[in-house]
Amino acid sequence: MKPLQPLLQVRKLAKYYGRRVGCEQVSFDLYPGEVICVAGESGSGKSTLLNTLAFQLQLDGGSVSYRLRDRGLTDLATLPDATLRELWRTDWGFVRQNPRDGLRMRVSAGANIGERLMAIGERHYGAIRSTALGWLARVEIDAERLDDPPTSFSGGMQQRLQIARNLVTEPRLVFMDEPTAGLDVSVQARFLDLLRKLVAELQIAVILVTHDLAVARLLAHRLIVMKNGRIVESGLTDQLLDDPQHPYTQLLVSSVLAT
Amino acid sequence: MSAMQTGYNFGYLDEHTKRMIRRALLKAVAIPGYQVPFGGREMPLPYGWGTGGIQVTASVIGPDDVLKVIDQGADDTTNAVNIRSFFRKVTGVATTEKTTAATIIQSRHRVPETPLREGQIMVFQVPIPEPLRWLEPRETETRTMHALSEYGVMHVKLYEDIVRHGRIATTYDYPVVVNEHYLMRPSPIPKFDNPKLHRNPALMLYGAGREKRVYAVPPYTDVRSLDFDDHPFSIERWEQPCALCAATDAYLDEIILDDAGRRMFVCSDTEYCAGRQAAGHKGEQAA
Repeated sequence: MKPLQPLLQVRKLAKYYGRRVGCEQVSFDLYPGEVICVAGESGSGKSTLLNTLAFQLQLDGGSVSYRLRDRGLTDLATLPDATLRELWRTDWGFVRQNPRDGLRMRVSAGANIGERLMAIGERHYGAIRSTALGWLARVEIDAERLDDPPTSFSGGMQQRLQIARNLVTEPRLVFMDEPTAGLDVSVQARFLDLLRKLVAELQIAVILVTHDLAVARLLAHRLIVMKNGRIVESGLTDQLLDDPQHPYTQLLVSSVLAT
Repeated sequence: MSAMQTGYNFGYLDEHTKRMIRRALLKAVAIPGYQVPFGGREMPLPYGWGTGGIQVTASVIGPDDVLKVIDQGADDTTNAVNIRSFFRKVTGVATTEKTTAATIIQSRHRVPETPLREGQIMVFQVPIPEPLRWLEPRETETRTMHALSEYGVMHVKLYEDIVRHGRIATTYDYPVVVNEHYLMRPSPIPKFDNPKLHRNPALMLYGAGREKRVYAVPPYTDVRSLDFDDHPFSIERWEQPCALCAATDAYLDEIILDDAGRRMFVCSDTEYCAGRQAAGHKGEQAA
């Protein structure tokens, strides 16, 4: 078997807020179709890491390389803004914790899903609509809601709409920042089920930030545990959760199991 | 006609200011549709009344020019009359109502029905120059979007129009792409006038006084109105001709005649309408 090339390669990534550490010394590889969970308590640098990886924040050290469709593994810092923004619109997705940050709340669900299509040049209203309808079905939202704005949706539906809006261009990499944090448990379970299905179907690589180890166990192939901006432990999800080595991971795992 | 006022520089603005605005205009002409900032001056009338247009006109006008000013198509409304008399006072140039006789036409929200020719300059008064403003509030972001021609979000607005109204419901200030690059607000002209901008032989200058921006469409430049393949751009149509001059090819205003709901439709371009009537065209309600 040919050795697989990573989709994303992170080396000694660092981000500082003044003298405070956002994250530092972060290195890992992400392979196509792989789901990595970044876990840790609030303030451990998870979200900073995610935003820095997606180049939404300027990084202060290290490098992030991404395997472009036409050029192979490329250091993102060398890319012009235009290419980076094109990545954001097409090959990457970003699912936010708060749907208000990830959706256009005042335009219809259909327009939300269609935005990326229109951004890459789709100019056929009927075609955009039918694609949007298809995606509504895939994320289990009633077709009748196509012309309703997300403000009239429940929290779970809003998150599913975010998924559809991001996946419509079939990205290869999706960043997710606590997508289940605002959902109650039963809605969460349904959302995770859907997510797992779509990720497997479309072979999307995901970097998912969460403080909820149950989410990690359900979705992630590999788990990265962060504390104070650094990776303290990483490995296969099951292995790491069943046999945590680092004292902090042990604490994290036991505190989950205790509840 | 009132005499030329002494004590003012030709065209009200001082020569350095005029030169600064002309430089901005040159840049605007060189990059069709691109919004060029300029150092807007205080003018003797409030923002929203044409301060941008007046500054542009003042900086390009010369003693031999003939000026026409229209307001919503009419030569005889307050804004048009006052701006015309302002320029008579501060430049002494000849003014006219005839589109064909004018070398500079300052306009609030219409392009004349009479076709323009080479050498003429249209000056538009612009309230808000940024077409993306209501979709993206950050100026830094809209500038980047312009630089990279990222205009998908404009189509989101048009898409939403069709969802709610069954068609693209934007009827004025309808967004256009100039020279296949910059998205531009054509100022609040009715979309009826958009096709006139495409490859027009005259030079089109746009001045926004409050926002201190100028932009331009040089002669014979492509101007394309945004649309969808299955909802193509279309202009307004009326079921009846102009009630005064029987024109079928002009933009018509609806005029309410009494409380019983009687109404008539007449040309918004008064000069065009009067010209047709003088040439013997008669509408249903012509006197």
